[in-house]
Amino acid sequence: MSTPTAPDLDQLMGQKYRHGFITDIDSDTLPPGLDEDVIRRISAKKGEPQFLLDWRLKAFRLWQTLREPTWAHVHYQPIDYQAISYYSAPKSKKDGPKSLAEVDPKLLETYDKLGVPLHERARLAGVAVDAVFDSVSVATTFKDRLHAAGVIFCPFSDAVRDHPALIEQYLGSVVPPGDNFYAALNSAVFTDGSFVYIPKGVRCPMELSTYFRINAANTGQFERTLIIADEGSHVSYLEGCTAPMRDENQLHAAVVELVAMDNATIKYSTVQNWYPGDENGVGGIYNFVTKRGDCRGRRSRISWTQVETGSAITWKYPSCVLTGEGSVGEFYSVAVANHRQQADTGTKMIHVGANTTSTIVSKGISAGHAQNTYRGLVKILPSASGARNYTQCDSLLMGPDCGAHTFPYVEVKNPTAVVEHEATTSRIGEDQLFYLLQRGLSQEDAVNLIVNGFCKSVFNELPMEFAVEAQNLLAVSLEGSVG
Amino acid sequence: MNTLQRGDVILDIQGLTADVAGRNILKGLNLTIRAGEVHAIMGPNGAGKSTLSQVLAGRPDYDIKGGTATYMGEDLLALAPEERARRGVFLGFQYPVEIPGVNNVYLLKAALNARRRQQGLDELDAFEFMTIVREKMKLMKMDESFLKRGVNEGFSGGEKKRNEILQMTVLEPTLAILDETDSGLDIDALKIVSTGVNSLRRDDRAVVLVTHYQRLLDYIVPDYVHVLAGGRIVRSGDRTLALELEARGYDWLIEGSSAA
Repeated sequence: MSTPTAPDLDQLMGQKYRHGFITDIDSDTLPPGLDEDVIRRISAKKGEPQFLLDWRLKAFRLWQTLREPTWAHVHYQPIDYQAISYYSAPKSKKDGPKSLAEVDPKLLETYDKLGVPLHERARLAGVAVDAVFDSVSVATTFKDRLHAAGVIFCPFSDAVRDHPALIEQYLGSVVPPGDNFYAALNSAVFTDGSFVYIPKGVRCPMELSTYFRINAANTGQFERTLIIADEGSHVSYLEGCTAPMRDENQLHAAVVELVAMDNATIKYSTVQNWYPGDENGVGGIYNFVTKRGDCRGRRSRISWTQVETGSAITWKYPSCVLTGEGSVGEFYSVAVANHRQQADTGTKMIHVGANTTSTIVSKGISAGHAQNTYRGLVKILPSASGARNYTQCDSLLMGPDCGAHTFPYVEVKNPTAVVEHEATTSRIGEDQLFYLLQRGLSQEDAVNLIVNGFCKSVFNELPMEFAVEAQNLLAVSLEGSVG
Repeated sequence: MNTLQRGDVILDIQGLTADVAGRNILKGLNLTIRAGEVHAIMGPNGAGKSTLSQVLAGRPDYDIKGGTATYMGEDLLALAPEERARRGVFLGFQYPVEIPGVNNVYLLKAALNARRRQQGLDELDAFEFMTIVREKMKLMKMDESFLKRGVNEGFSGGEKKRNEILQMTVLEPTLAILDETDSGLDIDALKIVSTGVNSLRRDDRAVVLVTHYQRLLDYIVPDYVHVLAGGRIVRSGDRTLALELEARGYDWLIEGSSAA
């Protein structure tokens, strides 16, 4: 392929990922298809210990017995799992744009609106990283500080090599390989991801961001993340980026596992802005993710905050298992669906321990022809005396052709539990809009103000700089949705 | 921007006819408003008072069927609602809407800066802006905590109306149309709101008060009182007309109107 001077956005989105893999991966690609031999070869290429290969094979056998879930409120063509290549070689940089001057102006305009730093735009747009982005020194500084605090933050493959005991102990302990179809597939074939371990009593000295995982592998389709916060530790983890990410893989099935021991806190924030497909719903990422945190220790706390604006289909339920006595689970979510996007997202709060509490705040925004579903489960087991849950889910509709759906499930098996649920659905008010126009605001500013006001209680949970980016992201995602 | 002298025409409405949801509400309304004047528009329920306010502010679902409205020499009806607002047309809403999660102070600042840009003025910095807002809030006897709350979010009826007048005093509109701002106010709130409106009275501005009650006019003394009935102004007079209406009601005027 020659280097186009101004390829259109869709084309850019469909191009190969060009971030450059870490060097210990051989540069070849396995042919499409999935069987035990493929899994053995993935494991061998990565030089994995026997326990991990066995674990993968077990997951694969489970996967073969599982069926794709059909309960979600999403529609798509059947996926041919034998047509996917489960191990791709690093992509050559030579096809990519050589500088920002060669990148689609539309993409650059979006970066501008989002306020993406100049040096960062090149990396996101797929300009050869080493040519333009010298952040090695930054990364090193961070690594030194983390190392001094005893924090482990590394690519998953490095952790398998350097900390196999931790991996063997915790991998699959929150999301077992047979948990669901996509989790089983991920367990069998994942190639990389992130690993975090915060030792006892350590407050992680900085927010950990995938952004700073410089020179880590591009984890691609089947990402695996494992975060362990030992007793009394604290960590805030930021996943994703507000800028549109290009990816050639249509199917994404990641697994994230969090473990919080006694008095530990994990705050996990996500901004997801993968390619949603065009206005007619062509292309776009299928994002089928399993995210779960286990509040294993007493008074531990796990907080999920997500802003989901991308992907053609989102199937995602970041959940908390509240095992430890007095543990706390939180879920704050903004899910935006525009054009032909379909989002089925929510959470599960499983109360096992006594005096556990959970809070769910979900804000769904639908525009265009999109369908946005909140699906939540609050389960109070007989052992969870004094458990409390508060759920608030609000939907905002923009325009006449979109839909909002709410499926809240509540199972209470302990009579001392208190469960509260509030839900609203509103259309973006003509009255609100007119009120703001009458005060001199433009149509666009008025819509942004209303939408950001609607999402405020979730944005307040995001780390400061992420919150500002998230507001801009919403503005870009909903551009032209009203009027 | 041309400076207005007392007596210059701010708004001239001729033969204004408008439908709401397929029903004809305004039926050839004439009204001229000059700089320095306060006009009160009274009339029975369903006469078209609120429709007139909404039409002048540019509400999209109101159909203009005929007539003209000229604002400072421009065709008002051809302007988008936000363009009218930036040129100094302010509507104090009868039912101010709640906009959850949006700070009052944020909206005030955005609105004032939109108006200032139109006037060719620089945007105010935070200090200058807060100086103005604090002064106006004192006038309206409003607590500063008010600013951090969501726009009208959880406000009482009286607080919403006071907030409308606060916005008006900050924006200093050329033409303020107050749609039943007095309804639902207790006597203390009514006095405060009136103080706010009176503070705006100047030779280069005009105020239109849409009201059901004579009581408001004890505090904001109008130059003219009009009776709007059946989609038209059927009687105009001075302050004494309002007192007469209070004593006699509207029937005598409406009968006269249908006979005309």
